[in-house]
Amino acid sequence: MRFTRTKAIVATAALALSLAACGDAGGDGETVDVDVADDASFDAGTRMAELADQGTINVGVKFDQPGLGFNETGADMPTGFDVDIAKILVASLGIDPNDTSKVKYIETISDNREPFLEEGKVDLVLASYSITDERRAVVGQTGPYMLTGQQLLVPEDSDAESPEDLQGKEVCSVTGSTSLDNAKAQGMKPVGFDTYSQCVDKVLDGTVEAMTTDGTILAGYAAQNEGELKVVGDPFSEERIGVGYSKDFPEMCQWINDTLEEANEAGTWAEAFEANLGASGVETPDFPELDSCES
Amino acid sequence: MDAVLESLPDVFRAFGYTVLLFLVSGVFSLIGGTLLVAMRVGPVSVLNKAAATYVTLVRNTPLLAVFFFFSFAAPKIGINFKWVDVHIGTFDFTSFFSTAVVALTLYTSTFVCEALRSGVNAVPLGQAEAARAIGLPFSGVMRAVVLPQAFRASVPPVASALIALLKNTSVAAVFGVIEAASQMKIMTNNNADERWGIFIAFALGYVLLVEVVSLAAGTLERRWRIA
Repeated sequence: MRFTRTKAIVATAALALSLAACGDAGGDGETVDVDVADDASFDAGTRMAELADQGTINVGVKFDQPGLGFNETGADMPTGFDVDIAKILVASLGIDPNDTSKVKYIETISDNREPFLEEGKVDLVLASYSITDERRAVVGQTGPYMLTGQQLLVPEDSDAESPEDLQGKEVCSVTGSTSLDNAKAQGMKPVGFDTYSQCVDKVLDGTVEAMTTDGTILAGYAAQNEGELKVVGDPFSEERIGVGYSKDFPEMCQWINDTLEEANEAGTWAEAFEANLGASGVETPDFPELDSCES
Repeated sequence: MDAVLESLPDVFRAFGYTVLLFLVSGVFSLIGGTLLVAMRVGPVSVLNKAAATYVTLVRNTPLLAVFFFFSFAAPKIGINFKWVDVHIGTFDFTSFFSTAVVALTLYTSTFVCEALRSGVNAVPLGQAEAARAIGLPFSGVMRAVVLPQAFRASVPPVASALIALLKNTSVAAVFGVIEAASQMKIMTNNNADERWGIFIAFALGYVLLVEVVSLAAGTLERRWRIA
């Protein structure tokens, strides 16, 4: 009896250790400090005034993309560039973005971003959300606050350098993502899995030759698996990553644009980029030109 | 609906994969289920218990877990089906298709086995005893007397198992096969404004396929009815 109990304790400890090892994925946990606006004032009747008054907000972010939106097991809140931009927006409403009783970070996967906005389950979406005309037909999108392009993640010893080298080869991405569709358009054979990390697994075990999606996402995985995986090729698509909001509140657009512009001028935008994506060797780019809210 | 009409070839190809997954795993499941039921009702105690254990174990496991095992755990011990590399027309049958077929077959066989066992139980014991009495070996008893009647009696439950299989193929969507559910996700992602139309179109596709299986089962049931 004692023997089994000892064994159980050892097993639990081992499990805890291995879980801790798994959890070490979200970069170095650096985040950008944002000042909570204490003089936040908005025109009465706007959604921003409403949110500022109620003092709570729901933000949709990704939970599984290191460097952009990543929730470590057991962590209070996710970390990443998307999350930091969300914090800047939340802080401008006079809400403390680090107080999880006020700000709820909800996981939005690629499939439920529009429904969550339409149903009002989230007020903002910052989940590597590319701006497209089809999406703009159902939800509001503005930005972009980041430009990225699709690249390839291959094993360190691979010779493949561009989509041309992978014609007719199987390439992994997330089922239903734009990246998977682009891969097909480039002449590669798309293989869809549920999450990017599963694709990483498939590249590591050699079942597929490469995986593909936005370069910023791949850089995070390359950093996580240093010496085993590398990002190659020039970007072969352009994704304009923006902020999603409900179409019911068009006034949010100008507020988001203004806040992003301010963050750029104050340097917090660049700071957030470096803190989250700098480590993976990506140079901080220029702040992208924002779409106008008139239309 | 425009989005569906625009990419009709892709939609048909995706449903093609669904049908192929269904047909290949369906045939293997029927074979596997028959073997399992023979083991379960046979006279050899070891096989008996082995089949019962297998059925209990796999039938009680979620299909997703079976898929996970063959997609992520099995490759680590060298089972990866990378040797499968067949291309027919625009359809590719590689490790991902094979993994899906294996997972679906192992899972569905257990349900087919249990459905057939209900059919076997429906055959009066006296018949098997009579067949033994005239000197048929176990294989003869099964082949000539018990299974033909068991198959007839179990058409409806086997059809249910196969219909479930047809819909279960959608799990392969997140394991590397671009079948109908996967294609639907691609299209809803690209056409956020036509979500409902796309969803309904694919749902209708599934309904249609299931209806074909039901009709086939109905026809078999009528044809095999003992007068």
